[in-house]
Amino acid sequence: MAAPLLKVQSVSKHFGGFAALSEVSIAIAPGERFGLIGPNGSGKTTLINCISGSLRNDAGSIEFQGEEISSLPAYRRTRKGIARSFQIPRPFHSMTVLENLLVPSQYVVHLKEAEAQAQAMEVLRRIGLADKAHAQANQLSQVELRKLELARAMAARPRLLISDEAMAGLSGSEVDEVLKILFALNADGITIIMIEHIMQAVMRFSQRVICLDAGRIICEGTPESIVANADVQRAYLGA
Amino acid sequence: MKYWIGAAVALAVAAGMALSGATNEYFFYAAFVVLQFVVLATAWNILGGYAGYVNFGTAAFFAIGAYTAVVLFKWLGAPLAVQIAGGAAVSAALGFGVGLLTLRLRGIFFAIATVAVIFIMETLMVNWRYVGGATGLQLLRPDVTPPFESYTRMLFVVMAFLAIAAVSVARYVQRSWIGRGLRAIRDSEEAAECSGVPTLKLKLFACTVSGALMGAAGAPMPMYLSFIEPASSFNLTYSVSALAMPMIGGTAHWIGPVIGAFLLGSIQQIVTVTISNEINVLVVGVLLVLFVVLAPDGVLGLFRKLWPRRS
Repeated sequence: MAAPLLKVQSVSKHFGGFAALSEVSIAIAPGERFGLIGPNGSGKTTLINCISGSLRNDAGSIEFQGEEISSLPAYRRTRKGIARSFQIPRPFHSMTVLENLLVPSQYVVHLKEAEAQAQAMEVLRRIGLADKAHAQANQLSQVELRKLELARAMAARPRLLISDEAMAGLSGSEVDEVLKILFALNADGITIIMIEHIMQAVMRFSQRVICLDAGRIICEGTPESIVANADVQRAYLGA
Repeated sequence: MKYWIGAAVALAVAAGMALSGATNEYFFYAAFVVLQFVVLATAWNILGGYAGYVNFGTAAFFAIGAYTAVVLFKWLGAPLAVQIAGGAAVSAALGFGVGLLTLRLRGIFFAIATVAVIFIMETLMVNWRYVGGATGLQLLRPDVTPPFESYTRMLFVVMAFLAIAAVSVARYVQRSWIGRGLRAIRDSEEAAECSGVPTLKLKLFACTVSGALMGAAGAPMPMYLSFIEPASSFNLTYSVSALAMPMIGGTAHWIGPVIGAFLLGSIQQIVTVTISNEINVLVVGVLLVLFVVLAPDGVLGLFRKLWPRRS
């Protein structure tokens, strides 16, 4: 594998006495489509929070493009090229949909107002929210909010996009639509980490999948090998 | 451009009124207080309204501005402009310091921490002999600068200038990329941070600017009263009014605190003269409750509901 874009090494995170992550290591190559699965409470979102900077890891290191980032605040990591969507949508509800995207356009990409607007509209067209550009964010439906999460992350022009359950609650055709967008972004050279409960979507999308259970990696491999793995089946189905 | 013409006209009208001998002296005495609240409410709104961090410490920043003016006056005989600049600078530093210590706290915890600032600063001033301690200090006003015929009239124009300066700063912040970042913080701090907004830096900036303006509002107070004393300077009423006025006017736009301050400030002045000083606080309380329940977006929100096209 070429020099990894993201290298997580022996990362641990404790909440009081509870070990949410213990000694997790992953390396993600530039341009990779990477799937992260695991049952509820297995530490997927905690891992993403540690990578994006919403949480600080207690131990271990996180390198992005060869640079140690685990002590940087979240906004610095976003500016280095790590953008994420939130599992529970966190829109800027007092703003319009367009303005939501202007925040990263201005703060990450440092575009002037006019350019930022043009870029934001382009992203909205791509994700299918262009007709809602001037709607207030608090008037969107759940599905639209999930798209907005993804759109806002895209507006930061990331090198690594972390999609945290962007498809939960979406219908089959909408899942296909979002998958198509993610495939297109990946074709543009953006590395993508997908966290998803919709197995069919992760398996179709990912080149490589890791399964977390109780804060540990229990299995890593191609989608086919993951589905066949006995540990994964035990983690999900219990045995 | 329209804004600047409006601001220039407002200042010219204020100066014209002060210079024409006709008007009643009490008007300027009362109008000074209303304009002071325009500055305080506008300053409060930069952190409290735009960023959603409720600051209960307005009285501390206000009083430290006033005490700085007293020290500069007593020590150096500094002119009013220097007193105001000094008051703004010291309160800005206080804002920065308090911000560093408290802005990592969120919601109610931040609000509580800012209340503590009042008590800490008041205790310091009560125990500082140079500025009069608990009994206070009588101050002799210097001669009034011509063309003004009384000190109160001059202070009125000075406060009108400060009000316009404060509103201009708030307007600039609101319309710039800083304002968008502050709004993002208010809506979701975590999402703001992940969208590249340096949340701590922006909050510190807002707290410093807000503190500076509150200090500037307080600095002319000793000359206005010819007196300074801790209990009235650090009065919690300043904190409550500075919070209530933007809430009543509307926090989303710079004009909100101005509307709130003129409305509530004028009512307070009228009530003080016609009924009693004590009823004042009651008026603030009742209006605040009414607005929070019936019009949570303030007067501005009401307008937008009635004429949605013009928003």
